[in-house]
Amino acid sequence: MTSNSLDHITKPKIFNALVLILAFSSGFIIMSVELLGGRILAPYFGSSIYVWGSIITIFMASLAIGYLLGGRLSLTNPNLKQYGLFYLGAAVTLLPIVFMGDQMMDAVFLRIEDPRYGSLVASVFLFTLPSITLGLIAPYSVRLLVTDAKESGAIAGGLFFVSTIGSALGTLATSFYFILWFDINEILITMICFLVLSCIAAFLGDYYLVSEETD
Amino acid sequence: MLMRSFIYLLIICLSSVLSSDFSFGKDIHKEKSHYQNIVVRDKGDERCLLFSVKREDRNQTCMDLKKPGRLVFSYTRMSLGGLLLNQNPKKILIIGLGGGSIPNTLSTLYPNSIMDIVEIDSAVLRVAKTYFNFSETENVRVYISDARVFVKRAGVKKQHYDLIILDAFTGEYIPEHLMTLEFLSETKRLLTNKGVLVANTFSTSRLYDHESATYQKVFGDFLNFKMPNTGNRVILVRPGDPIGQEELRNAAKSLSAALFDFGVDIDRFPLYMSRHKDWRQDARPLSDQFNPANLLQSESY
Repeated sequence: MTSNSLDHITKPKIFNALVLILAFSSGFIIMSVELLGGRILAPYFGSSIYVWGSIITIFMASLAIGYLLGGRLSLTNPNLKQYGLFYLGAAVTLLPIVFMGDQMMDAVFLRIEDPRYGSLVASVFLFTLPSITLGLIAPYSVRLLVTDAKESGAIAGGLFFVSTIGSALGTLATSFYFILWFDINEILITMICFLVLSCIAAFLGDYYLVSEETD
Repeated sequence: MLMRSFIYLLIICLSSVLSSDFSFGKDIHKEKSHYQNIVVRDKGDERCLLFSVKREDRNQTCMDLKKPGRLVFSYTRMSLGGLLLNQNPKKILIIGLGGGSIPNTLSTLYPNSIMDIVEIDSAVLRVAKTYFNFSETENVRVYISDARVFVKRAGVKKQHYDLIILDAFTGEYIPEHLMTLEFLSETKRLLTNKGVLVANTFSTSRLYDHESATYQKVFGDFLNFKMPNTGNRVILVRPGDPIGQEELRNAAKSLSAALFDFGVDIDRFPLYMSRHKDWRQDARPLSDQFNPANLLQSESY
């Protein structure tokens, strides 16, 4: 049997807590971004129900792909470093929303008259990559936490509990308070910084909580 | 015994329904559209369009059934104050149809002018046609669209208007993307040299400060039009060519006769138009990036 870094966790409680905290923050961020998506698209496509339809469709479809890929990636040598890279990837793929969002939406607006398809195409450009990347995290987290197949259902349940509570709080905090206090881009940049910090935390966790493989 | 009390109960219920008919008027049409609950209510000689029936005071438009031309609402009358800044608009854009009383008035006054009307809710157009004598003509066209999308598209097509009336706010919920620096800049670009923007806005919450600051930043000084005992505030601005009090009074004189039939006392309007900045000067303008308009609206002073 091949060696697996998960067999060498020195402090499993801290390791598990770290994974859960990171999963919570990814849940928080994805819904916060989804909610801001409505604000981001409104100047170009309005704020009708079809704009929300576009956003939710793209987030759901992208998350679905992310879950599938994340599960596949967890099959070979699951480890905290790779897990951290997902957060870095999400941070990088969110950057275009901040720095190129208007140019992208301008281009779509000029080419597509119907705001339904305009908002759908704009959502594809803006939200697909970050949502897929954030979708990798949930199944991969389960793999990091599971040590015994008998517990896998309970652990998956606990993980989804934590990340979905994160989503609920992300939705609430963004819609009730963040938009009252900050610019959309300020919120997004803060999220990006948080994702980078999450990546660093995962790398530190890999360094301190997992011993060198000896066998 | 049981039967009798049941009948009493029935009578009480029926009579309360009937009496409510007399006190609140009679609903002649009700419908749930994609965007709102629409009610058309007849009460005495007035027929009103309501967008939310939870609160009884949310009449969007009312029409005098005996004299359909007369404008019942102060804010619709005040909107016509924009004519003081441009007496002969050839091309008009109206954002928000409602019961169509502003378009009907303008098309009577200016039958040859082209009027584009943007309304997000197709149900409102149907109701305006069926119950409020509104009709589309060769010159009066209604576009079912989000106003932001329409305005942006019109900018791309380099269309221009002599008069733009922004009347998209029902009071219950504010479409926030229609109250930002960016939207007003896009709207400003649609104005001709002597083009005028008229905006029906809010005057009773924290939003007043922020909204005023937003208009100030895009247009510079504007005319703040408030009439006593109305609670309405209409913003008037002709950015290409600022207007003086003298010109306003002269315009009022020449429009006075034509507007008399609609119940618009335009002679008095210039008295209530002011450049005085009566809002908090440190209020932050609203933008596509920062816009808690609905939260601000719910916070009164």
